[in-house]
Amino acid sequence: MFKITTEVITGAEVREAVEGPDAGAVVLFFGTVRNNTDGRAVRCLEYEAYPPMAEKKMAEIAQEISEKWGIPRVAMVHRVGKLEIGEVSVAVAVASPHRKDGFEACKYAMDRLKQIVPIWKREIWADGETEWVKPDAVFFDAPKPHKTDPQTD
Amino acid sequence: MNVTVKYFAVCHEMLDRSEEEMDLPEGATVKTILQRLEEEWPEIAEFYEVMQMSVNWEYATENTELSEGDEVALIPPVTGGLDV
Repeated sequence: MFKITTEVITGAEVREAVEGPDAGAVVLFFGTVRNNTDGRAVRCLEYEAYPPMAEKKMAEIAQEISEKWGIPRVAMVHRVGKLEIGEVSVAVAVASPHRKDGFEACKYAMDRLKQIVPIWKREIWADGETEWVKPDAVFFDAPKPHKTDPQTD
Repeated sequence: MNVTVKYFAVCHEMLDRSEEEMDLPEGATVKTILQRLEEEWPEIAEFYEVMQMSVNWEYATENTELSEGDEVALIPPVTGGLDV
């Protein structure tokens, strides 16, 4: 399951998407809306996505996990629209034979999601101002493929 | 040829539209679109350092050649998930 949704994300749907008799562990991760960013009060968050590309990139991350850990089932769901404090914005589920690989793969999935999946977050501050969130340093490790390719230019 | 160009997040706001059709000459590349946007919005060049482009849902380079019906997007720095 790789999905961009406007609906409330439930733990059951992502768990059910990955469960199976060969799993000894199901690792679930939920990202939830925090009431502050670096101490500044947040009223709510707004997420925007490029859904077809986002779902394609999520599937690619699952493929990477399959190749790295041999884990066959990963689910990723990200919600878009306006989210209130405490609501789930993103969920990742990984089913693996053993917990160690499951935890590692789940972390990897979130790290990669923040690098390559086209989703943007806007903070709506308690004072009413709004601001598109700038990426953290991890983005700058990602390739910037729009640059002129030195081999062909 | 005609392509669709999509704008997200900060690009959507600054250009005041979420998508448009562009009529481009044969042999046009992603760079052709960037140059055309720069005429309208010179400041966009400052964003090129951190922005990516996609063609048909795949990250592309400036030199990616375009075809009739392609879907191109400007991808500002992505910030999905949360800082957790």
